[in-house]
Amino acid sequence: MATGGFVARGAARGSKQPKPQITALDGLSLEIQPGEIFGLLGPNGAGKSTTVGVLTTRVRPTSGRAWIGQHDVWKEQAEVKHLIGVVPQRPNHDFSLTAREILIFHAAYFGMGSKERNERADSLLEKFKLTDRANQMVRGFSGGMMQRLSIARAMMHDPKVLFLDEPSAGLDPQTRILLWEIIRDYNREGKTILLTTHYMEEADALCHRLAIVDHGKIIALDTPQQLKASIPGGYLLRLRFGNQTSELFQRLQSLAGVREVRPNDGAGTDVYADRGGSLIPEIASLAASAGAELSDVHISEPSLENLFLHHTGRSLRD
Amino acid sequence: MNWKAFGAMLARDAHVARRNAIQLFFQTFLQPLLFVFIFGRVMVGSGYMPPQYKSLLLPGIIAISMVFTGIWAVAMPLIAEFQWTREIEDRLLAPIDIRWIAIEKVLAGMIQAAVAGLVVIPLAWLVLGRGVGISVQSPLEFIAIVLLVSAFSACGGLALGCSMNQQHIGLMFSMLLTPMIFFGCTYYPWSALEKFPILQKAVLINPIVYASEGMRGTLVPQFPHLSTLATLAALLFFDIVLLVVGLKQFDKKAIS
Repeated sequence: MATGGFVARGAARGSKQPKPQITALDGLSLEIQPGEIFGLLGPNGAGKSTTVGVLTTRVRPTSGRAWIGQHDVWKEQAEVKHLIGVVPQRPNHDFSLTAREILIFHAAYFGMGSKERNERADSLLEKFKLTDRANQMVRGFSGGMMQRLSIARAMMHDPKVLFLDEPSAGLDPQTRILLWEIIRDYNREGKTILLTTHYMEEADALCHRLAIVDHGKIIALDTPQQLKASIPGGYLLRLRFGNQTSELFQRLQSLAGVREVRPNDGAGTDVYADRGGSLIPEIASLAASAGAELSDVHISEPSLENLFLHHTGRSLRD
Repeated sequence: MNWKAFGAMLARDAHVARRNAIQLFFQTFLQPLLFVFIFGRVMVGSGYMPPQYKSLLLPGIIAISMVFTGIWAVAMPLIAEFQWTREIEDRLLAPIDIRWIAIEKVLAGMIQAAVAGLVVIPLAWLVLGRGVGISVQSPLEFIAIVLLVSAFSACGGLALGCSMNQQHIGLMFSMLLTPMIFFGCTYYPWSALEKFPILQKAVLINPIVYASEGMRGTLVPQFPHLSTLATLAALLFFDIVLLVVGLKQFDKKAIS
């Protein structure tokens, strides 16, 4: 803090309490730099929300530590809460209040003066296009409006670190683009942002750095570009043959530009290669000569989805 | 301790209570006033009950109103907020030790319970008509009883609200609160149980007994009642136990 630096760090081995105990985080450790947009990418149940919970005083880890800046999250909770803003996965608005009152009371909990909180509430309502609904009870709000209000509320006390748990789940494409703009704007003010997502495009478009999480562990951590570059070849060709043999595998391996050939859990074959479409005619003729007719082809360009698949053997949407 | 956050949460609860004032009014006062009307006016007026019953009934009615209001005001929002709306999350993220959030709920519940008790007195008086012989002999004792009964109801609401599931609300009323009220010496003094010696001992585990007997001791001392000192001590005991249990349960619910 003194140096203006701001780091969110977490190293946790956590588990949720309900019996039987489920290990949600398994030795996950990461360090987020000040001013960074950091993404946790992984399928549902990977441990992303638990990581956010541990860093925001909401989920007590069974072991390990978490810091926000120089503050230990579990020893200096009040100080930590001043520094963080949290956008939950599911809206949790106070149904007894209007949209504007939700913002005003939130700011009051943080000790903001009356004039300041009124001004800030009005400007955030304007920014999130909620001004015309400001004095209505939130009960009747649509999912997108609730989500926008959640983000406005998290920003009310001007936190240095903003946590967004699956911010664009259930949002229409238009609102999602507005959300991305808002996140980038807030980041330009020098704030640190940690978001979880299972949308590849979102992680790719927004994040400076990404951690790919599965089963409570970090599988890979780097910039989206570096991560994508780390996939062998970059292109992924998912193939299906009428009759799959080991001989066919070896011959696929020998094609120019092919980096890796793997059977996938279905009856198919995954080929990681430097090129995409131009390989298909060669594969088709090779398959025909081996008596295994090519029946299905799917080509994907270098993407984080492929990376996840490469590391886990599973698709993100599984 | 962050008094600003604590004050803001209290202001939020006051704001919501003001917004729901009419609903709260009927919820709090309709049932006790119906009771007062049937037992105190109809039964006494028709000669089935002696005229003194009016004065005997009123302290019990005050106690029930307070207990119900406090429990309702704390338990119901907590059950909904923890299990359904999750709206308490925003307050759990406020820069304040989370135990103070529970204590704020208790304080708000105590205020509502005390207001309910104090407002039911003139209302019931109006319904009962002439012949109510209540008087506050010792204002200090009366204030102490009101405070401890309010605290009992609000702490009870905290403990219940953080222990009950949403689907058990009906059970909570039918299996727990209703027997507590009927065996709580609310419509009769504790001494009336003399003919049922085992029951008379057994009801002493019921905190509502001390609430109604305490009210009786300070408002209508002409009737037999438990010693005021004993009721104060018992209420204090229940307040502390319920607060400790409630805070523990709150912490369990608040942090996963």
